Amino acid sequence: MLKANGCMTETSSKDDAINGGGNAREATGRQHTAASEGVGEQDLPNDEANNPSSLVVHFGADQPLALDCQQSLAPFSIAYQTYGNLNAEKSNAVLICHALTGDQHVANPHPVTGKPGWWKTIVGPGKAIDTDRFFVICPNILGGCMGSTGPATINPTTGKPYGLDFPVITIGDMVRAQARLIDHLGIDQLFTVVGGSMGGMQVLQWAAAYPERVFSAIPIATGAWHSSQNIAFHEVGRQAVMADPSWCAGNYQAENKKPRNGLAVARMAAHITYLSEDALQLKFGRNLQNRPDRTFSFDADFQVESYLRHQGSTFVDRFDANSYLYVTRAMDYFDLEIDYDNVLANAFRGTTTRFCIVSFTSDWLFPTRESREIVQALNAVAANVSFVEIESNKGHDSFLLEEPEFFETIAGFINAGAKRRGLPIPD
Amino acid sequence: MTKPIPNLNGDEIQPALERVDHVLIAEMVEPGSRVLDVGCGDGALLQLLSDTKAVDGRGVELERDRVNACVKRGLSVIQGDADRDLDDYPDQAFDYAILSLTIQATRQPKVVLQNLMRIGRRAIVSFPNFGHWSVRASLLLNGRMPQSRNLPDNWYSTPNAHLCTIKDFDSLCNIVDATVEEAVAFNSSGKRLPIRKSLSLQNLFGEQAVFRLRANDATIT
Repeated sequence: MLKANGCMTETSSKDDAINGGGNAREATGRQHTAASEGVGEQDLPNDEANNPSSLVVHFGADQPLALDCQQSLAPFSIAYQTYGNLNAEKSNAVLICHALTGDQHVANPHPVTGKPGWWKTIVGPGKAIDTDRFFVICPNILGGCMGSTGPATINPTTGKPYGLDFPVITIGDMVRAQARLIDHLGIDQLFTVVGGSMGGMQVLQWAAAYPERVFSAIPIATGAWHSSQNIAFHEVGRQAVMADPSWCAGNYQAENKKPRNGLAVARMAAHITYLSEDALQLKFGRNLQNRPDRTFSFDADFQVESYLRHQGSTFVDRFDANSYLYVTRAMDYFDLEIDYDNVLANAFRGTTTRFCIVSFTSDWLFPTRESREIVQALNAVAANVSFVEIESNKGHDSFLLEEPEFFETIAGFINAGAKRRGLPIPD
Repeated sequence: MTKPIPNLNGDEIQPALERVDHVLIAEMVEPGSRVLDVGCGDGALLQLLSDTKAVDGRGVELERDRVNACVKRGLSVIQGDADRDLDDYPDQAFDYAILSLTIQATRQPKVVLQNLMRIGRRAIVSFPNFGHWSVRASLLLNGRMPQSRNLPDNWYSTPNAHLCTIKDFDSLCNIVDATVEEAVAFNSSGKRLPIRKSLSLQNLFGEQAVFRLRANDATIT
């Protein structure tokens, strides 16, 4: 295993932000316990999948969730974290929707990796999403592997993990499940729904499906549909997982195996799409990894190779391979306008939600033009919309990183909304 | 020096010093109305309208830094281009569509003006008057493109692609079938010219002008 060297420190911390953790070199006590019980190496995510270190709400067999694939799911659970306090009027709730491989551990150390919360940059006391003023909720998505029901969850009818028996889910299903959590918390209207990337897709889905429950919405670095190129990258990732013999046709848990290599390759490919050519060139160039010269081998001679291998291998410690298949599929299926006569504007007709759309100049996964399409649709219904493009060379992952201009913009939008909603604003 | 104007609480709001047109525009806007400010810059006019007229305001601005500054101060502003992005808006979505000192910098002023009158029940347009005597004198006497406080840039670096005079704009209003409900010419300190009747005199002595328009074919309430 290649360790992060000095020049990669910042990038490794970037990974923290991306993943909500990642480098599990320092094994947690939990990991040792699990291993000593001889449950096998795959049980780490499984443990969190079935016994999460966060709040969980369970919906029983009598409370099924209707899915877009025409099946229904019951029972099901949503694991979530909260920060701050809900006010008496229940008007200060902020829902954070996490991205593909994120989870509910937004602003606390990750239970598997021990790394800081993935959005600590923006969520916390006095920060743009101010936990002194807002009640922040972040659920693990349906289909995830950190405690919400997903393919790694034990199927109560078989006593084994769902695996590929888990129904194929959509962003709409995830949001429908989240709405059940918000019902459970007794909240009628969310002050803000915010998220980046796949989180942004959920934000758009929330605004379209439950306009009266969303006072303001902040979709970041996202699009109203998943592009052909993005589907293509996801397919590469899925094929990498499925080509790994240890995947065992999705049955690896029963076989006491784990498709580490496949999932790691999937992560490596995906990780490139989260960065930018500039960022890679600036950070790594053609620098060699702890060696004076090329080794004339297929070892990771270049720093960028070492970095990607590191990203891949740490990812598999905390993520379930089948979950990766399902969640990437949910993103691929996302196309908000298909439920609205193929006119995106129809998804927002009559909305009173205040929108703040954010894109980043160097994001080629969800480029600014995709944000602009959302803005155009919102303009077409004369919705209240702000739209900023933040200059950054850090690619798609910019939304997880230290970007003061981004933070100030979000804070400005949130505080203007708070003022209108009669919520406290900072001095 | 612009005159302070009272906000909703009775406090005095000082408009941006260099933007004397803002005060005159604000006087033309009904309280509580829906406003789209096209080319809203740093949001000074939107802020003024929000503070003094409690408008539901939106802005469009071309330059990214200014957009971000607007959103940071809590204004609903999008990054966009008056020449390209106004097509997206539905008819009569706003009470007022405003273009303050922006029309001369657009590529297609006529199309922009038509869009403005389509989107807003009324359009309010302010612009620097190229017919002002100092501009005429400068060109006549020096034989060079005029530069002034109102028109500070060199000909080669100015964003103003389509400068016009008050008479020119008035005739464009006829061409696009707009009724001029109010036209105010004023000097650089924001003082209205005493002459109201004569377009020629306004054209000679007004440094800037604000027009409030409505489309002739629009149903106005």
